[in-house]
Amino acid sequence: MSDVVRVEQPAPRLEGGLRSLIAPLSTLGPLFALLLASAYFASRTDRFLTGPNLSLVVQQSMVVGVLAIGQTLIILTAGIDLSCGAVMALGSIVMTRLAVINGVNPYLAIALGILVCVAFGALNGGLITRVQLPPFIVTLGTLNIAFAITHIYSQNQTVTNVPDSLTGFGNTFQIGQTSITYGTVLMFILYLLTWYVLRQTAVGRHVYAVGNNPEAARLSGINTSTLLLGVYTVAGLFYGIAALLLVGRTNVGDPNAGQTENLASITAVVLGGTSLFGGRGRIMGTLVGVLIVGVFRNGLQLIGVDSVYQILVTGILVILAVTVDQFARRRQQ
Amino acid sequence: MSETPSANGTTPVLEARGLVKRYGHVTALDGADFELYPGEILAVIGDNGAGKSTLIKALSGALIPDEGEILVDGMPVQFRGPLDARRHGIETVYQDLALATALDISENIFLGREIRRPGIAGSLLRMLDKRRMRREANAYMQDLKIGINSMGQAVETLSGGQRQGVAVARSAAFASNVVIMDEPTAALGVKESHMVLDLIRKVRDRGLPVILISHNMPQVFEVADRVHIQRLGRRVAVIEPRNFKMSDAVAIMTGAMVGERVERN
Repeated sequence: MSDVVRVEQPAPRLEGGLRSLIAPLSTLGPLFALLLASAYFASRTDRFLTGPNLSLVVQQSMVVGVLAIGQTLIILTAGIDLSCGAVMALGSIVMTRLAVINGVNPYLAIALGILVCVAFGALNGGLITRVQLPPFIVTLGTLNIAFAITHIYSQNQTVTNVPDSLTGFGNTFQIGQTSITYGTVLMFILYLLTWYVLRQTAVGRHVYAVGNNPEAARLSGINTSTLLLGVYTVAGLFYGIAALLLVGRTNVGDPNAGQTENLASITAVVLGGTSLFGGRGRIMGTLVGVLIVGVFRNGLQLIGVDSVYQILVTGILVILAVTVDQFARRRQQ
Repeated sequence: MSETPSANGTTPVLEARGLVKRYGHVTALDGADFELYPGEILAVIGDNGAGKSTLIKALSGALIPDEGEILVDGMPVQFRGPLDARRHGIETVYQDLALATALDISENIFLGREIRRPGIAGSLLRMLDKRRMRREANAYMQDLKIGINSMGQAVETLSGGQRQGVAVARSAAFASNVVIMDEPTAALGVKESHMVLDLIRKVRDRGLPVILISHNMPQVFEVADRVHIQRLGRRVAVIEPRNFKMSDAVAIMTGAMVGERVERN
């Protein structure tokens, strides 16, 4: 009803003014928070703002970072994926067990592990688009399925003695005093690639359109169900890559891995300013969101504060981010 | 009930014969006919449940009728989806404005029809030609004298009338045969409604026939060349507003008066 009244007002100036304040807040806000947190920790301890420490922060963030790319794509379509961590754990168990216990060629083992994750992504997408079930429920189901298969298949055994070819992304190279993990480089490349696709290609714009107004997207001739299926499947691919990075970082195949990463990835996406209602957000915001969590974890540790405070701060930031998003949306209705 | 070319021999741009659509026990279309001729604004009116929107959905490919046929320029066609109708040059402006409001004007105008850059950037890297799309979007908007300058503006920053302008510009830009407008002024104030009615005339004057679905009788009588009156799933009359009173149209619509078909001349 209020719509009818509102549209009669010519050129709502004041509103434009408010919006111009809030829009940058949801895009620059996360970056500002990251810089502020970094400045704070840098002022509290000399050990924070050093090459090796910052490299460590990024290295600790790379697994969730890559998971969060898939999560961002899904949330942009107004979906959600609770299964990502469990699917990643399954992928890492498949690749390590095949390589270590079945003696499969390590590269083939990697490919098969990633394929399992892609298949789970496609299963999520298929149930959501073809059977038309809500993403929350579907991925809650596949979360449990992937978790159970992981434990049945691994017989609750951690896979050790993983060959080097599976852990390569955990290796480092030197720039001056700082060792950089290959996996973090891969993560940055994946972010750039996703940024390009989302910003510069039609498919990317369609992802936003589907999340923003699925009916409009469908009426514009976009095959929304194929697009969604594609998004969930590609997200599965990212989870597979995250599985490989996880193995690289930990050097084992751990059936108990990935149990909190689903929420960690959603946290990163929300902190990065992407709207849980779909259609609005930035992939680079997610990267910032991942790094915010990483900086707090690392910084609080360095200044000797119990790590539980990092969880507290993250919780507050999530609510703050969602509040800003709600405000921005309300202005725009 | 099967109508072929009208008295003066013009072939309808868009025609439907004996369309039937049932939903369970409900018959939404019960042998509906329809004709749209070149260069006209044809209003479609009818009471709630008369089958207006079902008829329009059939004509725009949004649903498939159970029986009957649809002809474009006299040739029978089968629409299996909105894309098929579009391929025949029929564009629809939907009532609830099928715009993705978080995207900008040019992205909305080209949604689903994006232009890629020439050369390898477009073919291999699938890169969009944003500059060209903005330039062309601007040309479409100026063509219809919709006074918005920045095509990079998100649609949600526009007023209701301006949004309707974007939707109309988009349809007019890509339609080669017919523009269908479903209640284009329903959510608008008086001033903005007039702007949209002007737009409808501009589209017609540019040579595209327009189908206008509306509840607003004064607007229908102001802008339409002919009025198709739908009742109980059928067309009961076609009238020319200049020869009829509004009250008669309402009487035919509600069944208080038996309509007669008025041929176009």
